Amino acid sequence: MEKEEVLALVLEAVEEWNQQADEEQRLEVSPETRLLGRNSKLDSLGLVNLIVLVEEKLADRYDVHLTLADERAMSQERSPFRSVQSLAEYAHLLLTEKK
Amino acid sequence: MSATTVMLISGTRKGIGRSLAETYAGRGWQVIGCSRKPSDFDHPNYRHFCLDVNDEPAVQAMLTEIRKTHGRLDALINNAGIAALNHALLTPVETARRVFETNVIGTFLLCREAARLMQKRKFGRIVNFSSVAVPLDLEGEAVYAASKAAVETLTRILARELAPLGVTVNAIGPTAVRTDLVRAVPQEKLEALLARQAIPRFGEAADILNVIDFFLRPESGLITGQVIYLGGV
Repeated sequence: MEKEEVLALVLEAVEEWNQQADEEQRLEVSPETRLLGRNSKLDSLGLVNLIVLVEEKLADRYDVHLTLADERAMSQERSPFRSVQSLAEYAHLLLTEKK
Repeated sequence: MSATTVMLISGTRKGIGRSLAETYAGRGWQVIGCSRKPSDFDHPNYRHFCLDVNDEPAVQAMLTEIRKTHGRLDALINNAGIAALNHALLTPVETARRVFETNVIGTFLLCREAARLMQKRKFGRIVNFSSVAVPLDLEGEAVYAASKAAVETLTRILARELAPLGVTVNAIGPTAVRTDLVRAVPQEKLEALLARQAIPRFGEAADILNVIDFFLRPESGLITGQVIYLGGV
């Protein structure tokens, strides 16, 4: 699968998140949108919810259950959850390894 | 999304799980059951999955199927469990591992996957199974009771983590019920256990059902992180 395809899935997850989130936690549907840190609109539970949505979309599309918040993700100096783009890249990496 | 309320019960092939599946399917719930072996329970509101509750891919596949078919999950009853009754000095480590894999890992996995689906509608009820073996510190049940103590801690912490998602997590601690789980326990041990209860009788499926009904009620939205023991333990 292409990186762009995974990014599109993550953006779909962001759109879905926006439908259920309170107004102050709704995100811009863009690869640059920050998910972590001071510039992020998400609180910690919001991030958990978004990751669950992304995992669900990946499972439906590729028939594979990924755990995005794995030990490697947690131990990286630069978190793969810092932005929509980096989250999509990390998901793509895990998918490539699993396939 | 299905308009019918959907319940997942683990360990439905026999015993308490089977009885719960029959009751809730009869009451109009859509019941999904699972166990390692096939079930002969046949009901239009019942569907069975053959899996081990500690098998992550199998549990994930089952929950994906529930999501795609019903789009919702209202209740999870974590009934599946195995016992190991033996003096600690004679308990094989493989037995200890098996008990923890089913009772703790299995409960955790089902809670995790169920809550993912429940949170979509900001509503869910999870009922876990502890045992009076925990507060009574029953001799001969070190591994079993330790696994159920772990289930109680899971219950209390998940209650906090899942509260913002609209999901309550409680546990029932049944006393001995005459099922396969206690078949191998010597009669004098069972009598000694009953003697420590305020109400010294065996539990029945109806006693367990009553507590689960209480946790499931819409009015029980403020009840979470609790363990209710039977028998006045």
